[in-house]
Amino acid sequence: MGALVLSQGGTFEPPGVDSFFLPPIFGEVTKPIVLVVLSAVIVGAYFLIATRNLKLVPGKAQFAAEYIYDFSRNTIARDQIGAQHFRPFIGLIFGLFTFILVNNLFGIIPLIQYPTMAKIGFPVALFLMVYVVIHTVGFRRHGFLGYFKHVMFPPGVPKPVYILLAPIEFLQKFLFQPVALAIRVFAAMFAGHLILLVFTLGGQYLLLEGSALLKPVSIVSFAFAILLTFAEALIQVLQAYIFAVLTANFIGAALAQDH
Amino acid sequence: MENKMVLAAEGHNPILPAPAEIIVGFVAFAALLFVLYRYAVPRFEKVYQERSERIEGGIARAEEAQAEAQRTLEQYKAQLAEARAEAARIRDDARAEGQQILDEMRSQAQEESDRIVSQGQAQLAAQRSQVIAELREDLGRQAVDLASKVVGESLEDEARRRGTVDRFLDELDAASAPSTSTNS
Repeated sequence: MGALVLSQGGTFEPPGVDSFFLPPIFGEVTKPIVLVVLSAVIVGAYFLIATRNLKLVPGKAQFAAEYIYDFSRNTIARDQIGAQHFRPFIGLIFGLFTFILVNNLFGIIPLIQYPTMAKIGFPVALFLMVYVVIHTVGFRRHGFLGYFKHVMFPPGVPKPVYILLAPIEFLQKFLFQPVALAIRVFAAMFAGHLILLVFTLGGQYLLLEGSALLKPVSIVSFAFAILLTFAEALIQVLQAYIFAVLTANFIGAALAQDH
Repeated sequence: MENKMVLAAEGHNPILPAPAEIIVGFVAFAALLFVLYRYAVPRFEKVYQERSERIEGGIARAEEAQAEAQRTLEQYKAQLAEARAEAARIRDDARAEGQQILDEMRSQAQEESDRIVSQGQAQLAAQRSQVIAELREDLGRQAVDLASKVVGESLEDEARRRGTVDRFLDELDAASAPSTSTNS
């Protein structure tokens, strides 16, 4: 779409914020909205089908599905929350990891090429759910005042320090940490997609509009775009992992007996 | 910028979330969580459970079997020891009994042989005395007959005759007594 503009113009229009705001497909429905629904359907359908007939000795397909589940369950949820309390949160962590993973990977899947988490609305939606879960769990475990005490007055600190520490801890737990959770994945996806756009559109511009001498340089630009796509793939998996791990970590912290 | 894009004119802020996206994102994720919690997680957990039960159950069963084998082994050992002791006891008893029987039989045989020997001796003595008596009578008669023939007359006087024969026989007895004692 940007390419169309460029070929008409002749001067290079660098990709920016507007590259993420595509015109709606119909009505209010935009591409990221379609993609986010698609991702939920993909993940849900995959695990519905994969778990339909589980065997004690897994086949290849079952092994793959189980590997993802096992990773979310044991490596993320159990290690962060603790073997005693992690069971109710397996589904949440598992869902977060797979859902964000698929949405992020949309960024490099040909033809789709749009990381939905680059639209802040979706990380915010996840953030809201996680926020509610973390603090509900905390209030349930420690009681209303007990949870505030648990958050704001970590033990082992000289008393006067609490004047400074208590508000900081409060803001940290109730605002910064969860908000950062949402912004982290958004920013990573946003920036990553932008970089890919810069190299792809830049290469295209050089190829189409550049002088004969500049045209070969577009190869370098495309090469970088491809290279960065691999880096992007790594970051996308990593961000999904980080979101899930931090969520599990916050739940674990809210559940912890002592700070 | 000669870009005529309508969207750009609105001045998008990437930090401001669109309400529609939040709602759709939330609903989509909630629906996914529902599916995962309702189907995927329980199914996976069931397999995990079965697997760990299979392993733990196997171990428990193996331990049980081992304990059972140990118990049976001890039982067999005890039974074997008992049987051995029993056999030894029976053997000793039999030996003692055999010895006893042997002794009894030996003494019985001894008695029997003694009895037979003494009986034989008594019979022999009786026959001997009978033979002697018969011989004495016969010898006496023949000696008288012979003497009658030699003298040519009958020795009618029975009292004298009996006295003579008896005296003769007594003399004969006295003469042959040493020889008969050595013979017997």
